[in-house]
Amino acid sequence: MEFVSPEGLRLDGRRPMEMRQIRAEIGAVAKADGSAVFEMGNTKVIAAVYGPREVQNRTQQINDQALVRCEYSMANFSTGDRMRKPKGDRRSTEISLVIRQTMEACILTHLMPRSQIDIFVQVLQADGGTRSACINAATLALADAGIPMRDLVTSCSSGYLNSTPLLDLNYVEDSAGGPDVTVGFLPKVDKVTLLQMDSKLPIDIFENVMQLAIEGCKAIANYIREIMLENTKQLEYRRGI
Amino acid sequence: MLHSKTFVKKTRGGKVNKQVREHYLRDDIYCGAPICKLCDSSAARLSPSASTILLLDTNVVLNQIDLLENPAIDDVVMLSVVLDEVKNKNMGVYNRVRALCSNSLRRFFVFANEHHKDTFVKEMAKESKNDRNDRAIRVAAQWYQSHLGGAARILLITNDKENKRKAIAEGISAETIESYVKSLDRPDLLDLVVQPSSEDVEMEEVEDLRPSKRKVIYTEHKPMSEITSGLHRGIYHQGKLRVNRYNPFEAYVGSESIGDEIIIYGRTNMNRAFDGDIVAVELLPQDQWHEEKSLSIADEEDEEEDVHLVPSSADDAPRTTNLVQGCSGDTNAVSSRPSGCVVGIIKRNWHSYCGSLEPMPLPAGSGGTAHALFVSKDRRIPKIRIHTRQLENLLDKRIIVAVDSWDRLSRYPSGHYVRTIGEIGDRDTESEVVLIENDINSRPFSSQVLACLPPLPWSVSSEDLANPVRQDLRDLRVFSVDPPGCKDIDDALHCTALPSGNFEVGVHIADVTNFVHPGSPLDDEASQRGTSVYLVERRIDMLPKPLTEDICSLRSDVERLAFSVIWEMTPEADIISTRYTKSVIKSCAALSYIEAQARMDDSRLMDPLTTDLRNMNVLAKKMRSRRIERGALTLASAEVKFQIDTETHDPLDIGMYQIREANQMVEEFMLAANVSVADKILKHFSLCSLLRRHPSPTREMLEPLLRTAAAVGLNLDVSSSKALAESLDRAVGDDPYFNKLIRILATRCMTQAVYFCSGDLSPPEYHHYGLAAPLYTHFTSPIRRYADVIVHRLLSASLGIYKLPSIFQDRSQLTSIADNLNYRHRNAQMASRASVELHTLIYFRKRPTDTEARVVKIRSNGFIVFVPKYVF
Ligand SMILES: [Zn+2]
Repeated sequence: MEFVSPEGLRLDGRRPMEMRQIRAEIGAVAKADGSAVFEMGNTKVIAAVYGPREVQNRTQQINDQALVRCEYSMANFSTGDRMRKPKGDRRSTEISLVIRQTMEACILTHLMPRSQIDIFVQVLQADGGTRSACINAATLALADAGIPMRDLVTSCSSGYLNSTPLLDLNYVEDSAGGPDVTVGFLPKVDKVTLLQMDSKLPIDIFENVMQLAIEGCKAIANYIREIMLENTKQLEYRRGI
Repeated sequence: MLHSKTFVKKTRGGKVNKQVREHYLRDDIYCGAPICKLCDSSAARLSPSASTILLLDTNVVLNQIDLLENPAIDDVVMLSVVLDEVKNKNMGVYNRVRALCSNSLRRFFVFANEHHKDTFVKEMAKESKNDRNDRAIRVAAQWYQSHLGGAARILLITNDKENKRKAIAEGISAETIESYVKSLDRPDLLDLVVQPSSEDVEMEEVEDLRPSKRKVIYTEHKPMSEITSGLHRGIYHQGKLRVNRYNPFEAYVGSESIGDEIIIYGRTNMNRAFDGDIVAVELLPQDQWHEEKSLSIADEEDEEEDVHLVPSSADDAPRTTNLVQGCSGDTNAVSSRPSGCVVGIIKRNWHSYCGSLEPMPLPAGSGGTAHALFVSKDRRIPKIRIHTRQLENLLDKRIIVAVDSWDRLSRYPSGHYVRTIGEIGDRDTESEVVLIENDINSRPFSSQVLACLPPLPWSVSSEDLANPVRQDLRDLRVFSVDPPGCKDIDDALHCTALPSGNFEVGVHIADVTNFVHPGSPLDDEASQRGTSVYLVERRIDMLPKPLTEDICSLRSDVERLAFSVIWEMTPEADIISTRYTKSVIKSCAALSYIEAQARMDDSRLMDPLTTDLRNMNVLAKKMRSRRIERGALTLASAEVKFQIDTETHDPLDIGMYQIREANQMVEEFMLAANVSVADKILKHFSLCSLLRRHPSPTREMLEPLLRTAAAVGLNLDVSSSKALAESLDRAVGDDPYFNKLIRILATRCMTQAVYFCSGDLSPPEYHHYGLAAPLYTHFTSPIRRYADVIVHRLLSASLGIYKLPSIFQDRSQLTSIADNLNYRHRNAQMASRASVELHTLIYFRKRPTDTEARVVKIRSNGFIVFVPKYVF
């Protein structure tokens, strides 16, 4: 199948190095300590953060750092086909783990010993790249909750179809079965904290594809910073400073 | 990152389960006209002086592709909405349009109107998809008109009345394709215009062609939904229609659902199906199975005319023919075979055909249109009705015609003229026909391809010699043995006696991949061509001449780069060790088979080269007998040799190609090298190696051979290749040619050996039946076969010399390369045979000859003979 036309346009009209439209909103769940909605094209996820708070199950308490927990789920209406997604299936468990590990790596957990941080992410609408969107949403929600972090971790995916590296695959491109690289990135310290790939790629092509995903992460980081600044300004304004 | 904020996003719903897709509209899609001042014109494709820019609607592209391929039609804007529609309707046409759009000599520009912010149109309520697309085309035309501001005329070409009316109402100039071509004042182009089919009343200018004959001849094809449900319920059977080469009124459909072939007698039952179409067939009642045959022949007596059929040795005759059954005395077999009729066509196999017009008197008053009947060279194709305005020019020409439609009311399909090849009977024209019929690209290499060649004169450089992966073997006594006059020498040999009594034997193959780099235009071209094609009077190269005849050719007394396989062998020809290396060699002699044979036979010669030859020959004989012991088949193929007049290129004499011991010696070592290389690459790349396999023939395929053998009282054992080889050896009749004939028949029953990607099959399926080898590949002729180029790359990657190119990661791509190679390989073989036939005909045209012959097969409309003297 032709995923990139000879004119260099993808099926949805983007060029290979372009991301989908991204949009973010801070504070969607008032009850939570921090929350955010993150959209990448038609993929829409919501994240809510509770904590740091007392550890619920004392046996899990860690004495020198905070306990980070993450729960990922997909809304039943998120894919359009009315499939009942049982909670806690293997895919959800795996993504929960991936998000938890990525966030744990950038939270300064040693500053909050004997406490617990809960991250809830739910996919409202799925159109490819849900993992990345979840991480981005979680970052924003953590920042909203004022949890100390090393850096803003951001994530973006890229793939390789029709011998072309493509940034930010949508659902159609994702289901083509080609290589799909998801990268989590700390832009300030310039470090990759998450790297996943399905399928195989020769190493030199892989490096290009990964580099493309990193560029995507950087762009998302810029956007997230803008949103946070905007949010802070709003807060200042409301407090009348 | 170019993510621009000016994009407008819209979502699109559709189907039963609503699907939402993003659709980005952009402001960086340019118009492609160099005269435009608003756009970035770096990618502009239209001509700077274009006075008229054409926009085509979908039906024009679908129907008039032959016309569009004519260089007279230029400065065309292809809208993406049109391309998408074409792609959905006909992939073949889509590929041809895409080829036009990427051809740098043509001015076709693709405008992605669906993603342009000003030309995207949203579907309106109650608007059909077609209407919406037509509107999109008009909006794009309007945009061009205002965008270019009158610098060029925008002309919308559409044959749809309604679309044309609306366009003119909206202030767009629009014309039908006929009127546009007429305005070009090129009468020859008019023949290329596809006439609207007579059942299609929407089109303009429908002339009622033959009012008296407008009766229904064929039954209507069932609608697709009915066919699908019929197939499901088992009343219809799906399969590919194959027409009998010797009798175009008889066809076979191999059906999986009943596990047998269904015979279809007569054009009425074939119901407008062409050879190669995928059809749905309904079985006739059993009591009609037998009579149907005699009936249909009588029925079509009026249509069948006197045919001078050339019995062709190249024919792969249909697998089973009832006539052979007839002669073996088994009359019941005929009635027990199911016969049927075509109820619908699932997929058409229409393409263009070579042939000539049926002789007819010139109509009074030339210049007008005339109807003529086209007779394809391929006898399986029915005659095709065409319109032409240049009848007098075409009558004595070989022409190409494409099929457009076949309605129920006409006996013949209608088509249109595509182009003229040349005069009938002319040697060049007929050779050209052979090439076209076998889809062989004989065009000269493009400048981009030639730019990939190293500068001439080329010689081995000091870097090559210093390269650590390249072993210096210049001091070895390397020589080559080839047919006389061979210029593209891709293999050479050496054989050194070791002090231990063993021999070091080397096969050195031209290092083509040192010059053909993956992904270069040269590589793409070679992979497309797949193989060199050998015709009687010319050769169509896979690679440009400087490579094949000079840089890569392992000629004598020059240093050349090679890829070597070197064995240590015992005097019993057992391989002790094998190594592979890139090398530099210097051949000391380029011998012909005759020379090599003469040296070996001349007992006075004791020079080192001759000794090497003799040693090798001894080894080769041992290897050969061991191979035959394992069950390898020695099959006969009728190879013919022509002596060609150097001036006129006409054949002077023909005779059988003589096979000498020297040929067999070289062949033996090449086989061994191929087997060794196959082992090595498969060990390293078990999923992406390119190998060659030869499937064992099924009993059903050997049926014709067994029946013929039984007819002469011969019992063949076909339980294994070894058993078959032995019983072929025993098949010696009173006639000295009998054995040869049986072998030729056996060869024709075999399946073809094919290339495949090792990941697609399981190891037991890798088997090569004819060579009785568990693994085989092609390594020894990279100059003339692309498969060998791929294998060279695999071998160097397995040695760690180069990295494996990325296409090897993509198994589907590798499979499609293998498929293309098989297709090209088969076509090249067919073309060579057709060329031999053609030259045979030319030879006998002037020389009526009396000679001995053997009858091989009897058919209802003739018989096939084998002429030992001329091998056909
Ligand atoms: Zn422009």
